[in-house]
Amino acid sequence: MNIHEFQARELFAEFGVATQPGSVAHTPDEAETVATGLNQGKLVIKAQIHAGGRGKGTFKNGFKGGVHLCDTPSEAKDLASKMLGQVLVTHQTGPEGKEVGKIFVGEAVDIARELYFAILIDRATSVPVLIASTEGGVDIETVADKTPEKILRLSINPFLGIMPYQTRLIASSLGLTGPLMNQASKLFTNLYRLFIERDCSMVEVNPLVVTTDGRLMALDAKFNFDDNALYRQPSIIAMRDVTEEDPREVEASKHGLNYIGLDGNIACLVNGAGLAMATMDIIQHAGGSPANFLDVGGGATREQVASAFRIILADSRVKGILVNIFGGIMDCDVIANGIVEAAKETGLSIPLVVRLEGNNVEAGKKTLAQSGLKLESGENILDAANRIVAAVKSAA
Amino acid sequence: MSILVTPDTKVLIQGITGSFGARHAKLSLDYGTKVVAGVTPGKGGQLFENQVPIFDTVEQAVRESGATVSAIFVPPPFAADAILEGVAAGLELVVCITEGIPVIDMMRVKEAMKGSKTRLIGPNCPGLVTPGTGDKSHGGCRIGIAPGYIHKKGSVGVVSRSGTLTYEAVWQLTTRGYGQSTCVGIGGDPINGTSHIDILKMFNEDPETEAIIMIGEIGGSAEEEAAAWAAEHCKKPIAGFIAGATAPEGRRMGHAGAIVSGGQGTAAGKIAALRAAGIEIAETPSDMADALIRRMKR
Repeated sequence: MNIHEFQARELFAEFGVATQPGSVAHTPDEAETVATGLNQGKLVIKAQIHAGGRGKGTFKNGFKGGVHLCDTPSEAKDLASKMLGQVLVTHQTGPEGKEVGKIFVGEAVDIARELYFAILIDRATSVPVLIASTEGGVDIETVADKTPEKILRLSINPFLGIMPYQTRLIASSLGLTGPLMNQASKLFTNLYRLFIERDCSMVEVNPLVVTTDGRLMALDAKFNFDDNALYRQPSIIAMRDVTEEDPREVEASKHGLNYIGLDGNIACLVNGAGLAMATMDIIQHAGGSPANFLDVGGGATREQVASAFRIILADSRVKGILVNIFGGIMDCDVIANGIVEAAKETGLSIPLVVRLEGNNVEAGKKTLAQSGLKLESGENILDAANRIVAAVKSAA
Repeated sequence: MSILVTPDTKVLIQGITGSFGARHAKLSLDYGTKVVAGVTPGKGGQLFENQVPIFDTVEQAVRESGATVSAIFVPPPFAADAILEGVAAGLELVVCITEGIPVIDMMRVKEAMKGSKTRLIGPNCPGLVTPGTGDKSHGGCRIGIAPGYIHKKGSVGVVSRSGTLTYEAVWQLTTRGYGQSTCVGIGGDPINGTSHIDILKMFNEDPETEAIIMIGEIGGSAEEEAAAWAAEHCKKPIAGFIAGATAPEGRRMGHAGAIVSGGQGTAAGKIAALRAAGIEIAETPSDMADALIRRMKR
């Protein structure tokens, strides 16, 4: 799950992680009020969408840039009126862009140095690691690639947590000395506490900045939360903004389906995550392009299969469907009945190829054959993929 | 022989009275697996299916039944505790089927298990099967949720992060006449108890296992590490399949651990590492058994 920048700042405030003062605004008037409450000086206005590249983005109304500086509350109001309700296109949003419903209004800071600091769980060692670099404000992967010696990694003992000496070690390696060392120790310690207590899988502060007046603060941050732990994080769930998510994915999650939308035109419906990934791959291998990842799970019901069909067919890009089921425990005939029911109910008019294997497969194939539906059966996964790709091409 | 479990292994099931646990406990009993005890706190003294005694604690169940292996079917919020209860009771092997355990819980479990004699498989895994000699491999040891009947006793070892892809591989082997020594699903979470490399080492030492299928997916670097080890040390032919070549970066593909981040953990990178180690690559999931047969004839 992702959150907005202003929500990240609220989390920072809650845990005592230094960040620039400011607040969210939903209307131009609110933006002016927020700006009036801040210290006098430069202000920064930032569009709040779940995508990077906002500063270099362009609004569909022609207004350039999702991040602006200004001097007075009335200018803040004016900028807000040009952004709110408009659609911002960045290199991460795709050409359709995202509508801006909220903006962040904050005090602009004069930056002396830009640093990098992150916490994540290292899969190889199964413990949290701290990652720090003097090269802030740029892509950390680029730094890791070109100048790996500028990246410091430090493992944390999960039972001890972050130790004071570790915070000093990182501060020292970042050149944070004197009063800045104490600020850094406090910031790293509080951020680690936030990471653990809110079940994050990653927190990346980039940049972590030193201001010209000697303050250390988190200027921008990216959070990833562990979806498995959301059941015990009501305050994080409350930050979910479904308007930022793919509506197909939101609908699928209501039915307990694991769905991820892609750009292709051949939809797939599969049981099991590994097999679902492999099915996407084999569609591409056969010369097609997958429209989605969809795992109906090991114990899929007829209702779930029907919901899956509705979600797939609501996508106008979809020109064909591949169903790939290995019914180990679940009965293939039950799945076949679910497919038939869903296809009839939705008035299916595009090619459908079904590959069934496993428990009670003969009865399942018979159900499909006698359904009167125009569908093809695949002998194996590759055969099924070849058939759906051919059917979609000939229908085009 | 086989690895980890044999048809004589005595198994207990934590969470045997929940609907998921009960269903698969029954299927294991039907397969001929020696399910000797169940654990559900508060239901001690009752019988499961009129034959398997239920205990309040794992410690009691182990003491009374002699079980050495446990399968865990308890819900995610209680699973970390269930694993550590099995470890504290001195079990040789704990197989955690539960999907959806918070990563921070698993991180603490791993740290707490350091120095213990217990091996953990999973979480978020289908478990393992050592096929039996009966009809449709009846009489084997089935721990977890895999369909038993698709197996056949033989000499191919299978290790995988994914459940259904394991079943695909097993079914392809069985229908081509190749049986299996043991099939192990190590699970799809970013932090798990046993990795590909651990299982490869066991297959390499197991006299009954003659060839290996290794199935991986995007995310992490466990497949690359296993391949590097195999290139140096593995005496047996291996075929491999990696899922997720078309997965978009930064998205979790169903399994919590299946994610490409920062250009790391890609299918292309893993396939290249496997190839470099002399592992025969299955081009598609339909090709897994055939890839192994090609490798064995090479």
